[in-house]
Amino acid sequence: MSGSDSELTGLSLREAGAGIAARALSSRDLVEAALARIAATDGRVGAFLEVTAERARAQAAQADQRAARGERRSELDGVPVAVKDLFATKGVPTTAGSRILEGWKPPYDATVVERLEDAGAVVVGKLNMDEFAMGSSNENSAYKPCANPYDLSRTPGGSSGGSAAAVAARQVHGSLGTDTGGSIRLPASFCGVVGLKPTYGRVSRYGVVAFASSLDQVGPLARTVEDVALLLGKIAGHDPRDMTSSARPVDDYLAALEEGARGLRVGVPREWFQGGVDAGVERSVRAALAVYERLGAKLVEISLPHTKYGIAAYYLIAPAEASSNLARYDGVRFGLRAEAKGLREMYAETRERGFGAEPKRRIMLGTYALSAGYYDAYYLRAQKVRTLVRRDFDEAFRVCDVIAGPVSPTVAFPLGARTQDPLQMYLGDVFTITCNLAALPGLSVPCGLHGESGMPVGLQLVGRPFDEATLLRAARALEREVGAPSPPSLREGAEVRGQAPSPPSLREGAA
Amino acid sequence: MALSLEQVRRIADLARLRLSADEERTFAVQLSAILEHVRQLEELDVTGVPPMTHALAGGEAPELRVDADRPCLSPAEALAAAPAREGTCFKVPRIIE
Repeated sequence: MSGSDSELTGLSLREAGAGIAARALSSRDLVEAALARIAATDGRVGAFLEVTAERARAQAAQADQRAARGERRSELDGVPVAVKDLFATKGVPTTAGSRILEGWKPPYDATVVERLEDAGAVVVGKLNMDEFAMGSSNENSAYKPCANPYDLSRTPGGSSGGSAAAVAARQVHGSLGTDTGGSIRLPASFCGVVGLKPTYGRVSRYGVVAFASSLDQVGPLARTVEDVALLLGKIAGHDPRDMTSSARPVDDYLAALEEGARGLRVGVPREWFQGGVDAGVERSVRAALAVYERLGAKLVEISLPHTKYGIAAYYLIAPAEASSNLARYDGVRFGLRAEAKGLREMYAETRERGFGAEPKRRIMLGTYALSAGYYDAYYLRAQKVRTLVRRDFDEAFRVCDVIAGPVSPTVAFPLGARTQDPLQMYLGDVFTITCNLAALPGLSVPCGLHGESGMPVGLQLVGRPFDEATLLRAARALEREVGAPSPPSLREGAEVRGQAPSPPSLREGAA
Repeated sequence: MALSLEQVRRIADLARLRLSADEERTFAVQLSAILEHVRQLEELDVTGVPPMTHALAGGEAPELRVDADRPCLSPAEALAAAPAREGTCFKVPRIIE
């Protein structure tokens, strides 16, 4: 079997790896197919900030030699993947989507990049993102917009927009992103792929450009639950270079994957269906809950009373941490420097030119929240509310094993729809943010298409600390029933496959 | 909670940002709206609630590494991305006039 390029790029991560193991495929074929797919589609999608073709070809050749010798390093050996552009990659530009890091080549690799490459995965490039992972639409990228493969006039979600779009567009078989307030789950739901934010501390943050250190977590995106489980197994685990990384042993995430939903207690928070959830999104999510019931799970109504305070607490804590983390961009050791007479002028001029509007807005907000006279009223109060949010979940997990609801109140929104009103953009994170505040694992799994727009809808599952295995098992049970969305059209305007009649089509070509 | 232009300039100065007049006006409006939204935290009674000061789940203590020598970047590697350098030092503009 040496299938056409589209057959190769459409394979799951596990299938691609199994093909290499069986010597039916070569890493070279897979990498060439991925590079060709990127070349053919990325002008429209905009998922990549950097394609490392030569490096990938060299690694593919090595992977093929290992396969020939029967010395494959793992199921991922030789399979093309890509990583968000905030993971340090030795000698390869790492921008975090910001001008202030334009051209910076880190002198070391992030732990997760090292672990992927140790497993033999071939990193073919660096993915587009909101600047410093601040945003929910990828529109804050300083370099270029990224589009949703299911409708190019809509956002892929953010901040890991490129990580979700590249996987949905069949450019790579899997990717890594980061999630500080929903930045893996939101784009995964908007682009119809699976995305997991692990428990805080499960995956090392060493070599990850920091946004909000008590909230940031690295996680995988792929087109199947099994692939996400595979990737998590490779990147999870203790790292002495990250003090917050947990020493707990890593579960075998594949072991219980097929055990189904029978007997599972699925908590349904009433607050996640209130206030502004789109009717079509709610319909898809309720249908997924009905699937769980049919599979023998028990639905339990629960309450997370502090949900609505999550955004307020988050938009004090995250900017406060960001204002401190981003103080390192001062034009001295790396990154942009603007020439100026004195040191203070150099700092201010460098930061004025290097940062876009969103990092500036958050630095300002965080600086204010931490400044003398306001610290107790804002930052300290927000941290206390964070405790209340965590207690809500602790309480809920006495009566359920996973919590289920929408990822976002809406499907992917049109590019430009929310850029003028930052608060409006922030409010879209209402259901994802509390999971980060409580340091819990959460994932998004496709649960159908939105009737009116035809866009993918994601179901969010949140689990107990370090219980990613149950989340993955629950997601797999749904995936088996609902399936994954068909490959995207890469056109403007989604193809409506549902009940609603489609409006007149303005897009090029026939539907 | 409306921020004045004067306050916006003061915060920008603390944050080592030099904002244009346009940015000052935009941020005054936008930051005021965000601060108005976060005021809803005042509705909650947080008496006796401890702040969540770290995010390690389940109250785990952080794993501290052994305080021992380990390999690190060479001076040349550390300086490779410096916008300006002299010898083995990062070079900055004059600090004292």
